[in-house]
Amino acid sequence: MAIHDGASVVPTLSAWTRSFPLEGRARLLLLMPAVGFLLLVFAYPLVLIAVRSVTDPAPGFGHYVQIATTDVYVRVLASTFGLALSVTLATFVLGYPVAYALARSRGFVQALLVMLVLVPFWTSLLVRTYAWMVILGRYGVVNKTLMALGLTDEPLKLLHTGFATHIGMVHILLPFMILPIWSVMSRIDRSLIMAARSLGASQFSTFLGIYFPLTLPGVFSGALFVFILALGFYITPALLGGPSDLTISMLIAQQVSELLAWGFASALAVTLLVVTLALILVAGRLLGLDKIWEGLK
Amino acid sequence: MIADREWESIGRLPQLLLYAICALVLLFLMLPIFIVVPISFSSSLYLDFPPRGFSLQWYERFLNSPEWTAAFWTSLQVAILATLLACALGTAAALGLTRSRFPGKSLVVGLLLSPMIIPVIVLAIALYAVYAKADLVGSVVGLVLAHAALGLPFVIVTVSATLQRVDERLEHAAVSLGATPFRAFWHIVFPLIRPGMIAGAVFAFIASWDEVVIALFISGTRSATLPKRMWEGLRTEIDPTIAAVSTLLIVVSVVLMLVVEWLRRRSARLAGSMPGGGGN
Repeated sequence: MAIHDGASVVPTLSAWTRSFPLEGRARLLLLMPAVGFLLLVFAYPLVLIAVRSVTDPAPGFGHYVQIATTDVYVRVLASTFGLALSVTLATFVLGYPVAYALARSRGFVQALLVMLVLVPFWTSLLVRTYAWMVILGRYGVVNKTLMALGLTDEPLKLLHTGFATHIGMVHILLPFMILPIWSVMSRIDRSLIMAARSLGASQFSTFLGIYFPLTLPGVFSGALFVFILALGFYITPALLGGPSDLTISMLIAQQVSELLAWGFASALAVTLLVVTLALILVAGRLLGLDKIWEGLK
Repeated sequence: MIADREWESIGRLPQLLLYAICALVLLFLMLPIFIVVPISFSSSLYLDFPPRGFSLQWYERFLNSPEWTAAFWTSLQVAILATLLACALGTAAALGLTRSRFPGKSLVVGLLLSPMIIPVIVLAIALYAVYAKADLVGSVVGLVLAHAALGLPFVIVTVSATLQRVDERLEHAAVSLGATPFRAFWHIVFPLIRPGMIAGAVFAFIASWDEVVIALFISGTRSATLPKRMWEGLRTEIDPTIAAVSTLLIVVSVVLMLVVEWLRRRSARLAGSMPGGGGN
């Protein structure tokens, strides 16, 4: 506020109208506390991690070389990418029709659909992961049902598998796909669709040639969110996945809490961070970052 | 009416197919809640679904366990303090960002919003290393600082969105009529951005209240939060007490969600009728 601005403490009327409300330097002062806070609590610890990755225990890029050349680590990186990719595809396939129904419905039906998407969205990730443990467990809901129906005599191994990780992650990330697509769909100019139809295009080709391309910005920002969030997943794969389904995040946590291998863990963390930021920057260039934030809101 | 015609325009069969797919996906989305909530009221000693009888034993166990209740109070304390801090810093920052131009602005915006998108595990170990040196591991202060950083972008985004719609001439008018800048802010700008602040506060609260990964690393045993206590429970025994805790968490989330939805609808109404998801 201009109270902090020495020049405007004793103002003339014209000075007020020129430099206020909240103009110029005074405005920038308002940014300082948040910027300072994040530099201290957020940026500074990250810089230390980056430094540690090339100094602990010995100076050099040894950890990065190790990550890039050791089979196990390359496989963890690749499988985390694979997991993020398949989860992104699954959320798109399942989420697109729901977004379409949301955009098309009105009134009570729409309010109901919105609630059904938002309630799980707002529910704690840990609670939802726990629920899937109960549902997919050895004597869980699915196995009990299958056995009661006589479809299987032995309980199937569902929990602690890659399948369970997929189910849990798709469940948690689905709203991040649905909401941006819906947001874009609800802003599509309907006259474009009607024009295509009245000019004789079939329903199918109108959808494929006009409607779907118009929804692509939403699809891309949804896919970007889901993919980036999926890359960093820790809790859900740790609780639902098997011992062989290691993700980068699990590897980082393991290196720190079990092996105290800080230098190596830091290098892994920097790798994950750089990949995430690079994805956002590239996507930002291609799509326009503003549009992505818009999709988030 | 218009909606009906549009539905017809996609044909009967695709419409049915669309309905069927949506119903399945939405069932999938709601399934965990439909399972966890009934189990929490189960009278049996094991995880049984459907539960054989009704009882509140798991809620009693939660309330009578000092470990669980301590975790609950820690979580509440941390979330409230982190929300207040994020709101103060975030609202000021949003006021500073809106309608201002300066070199490096996109860099500053990038910094302010990045806690939203960074992999939490990276921040968790980074903070753990710093906190270990500063003796902040296991402290409420440490958790509050970390969670406030996570909540800050949400406050900035929601308050900025509200500020975009505030007509700055109102503030100019107040000042030209003799109000001090502070009075103009307090009586004109603040009431107009309050809905954005409340929505931002709810997001910041939930970001802290549900946060697991950072809490796992930095909350130690001294100040374990509710999610951390749950995580420990899940790794050892899958006890229905966790279902009771989960149900309480679901109730908190739904109430907070309704607050945000109500604000969103209200601001959409005030801003004129906005279609579908445009009001957010």
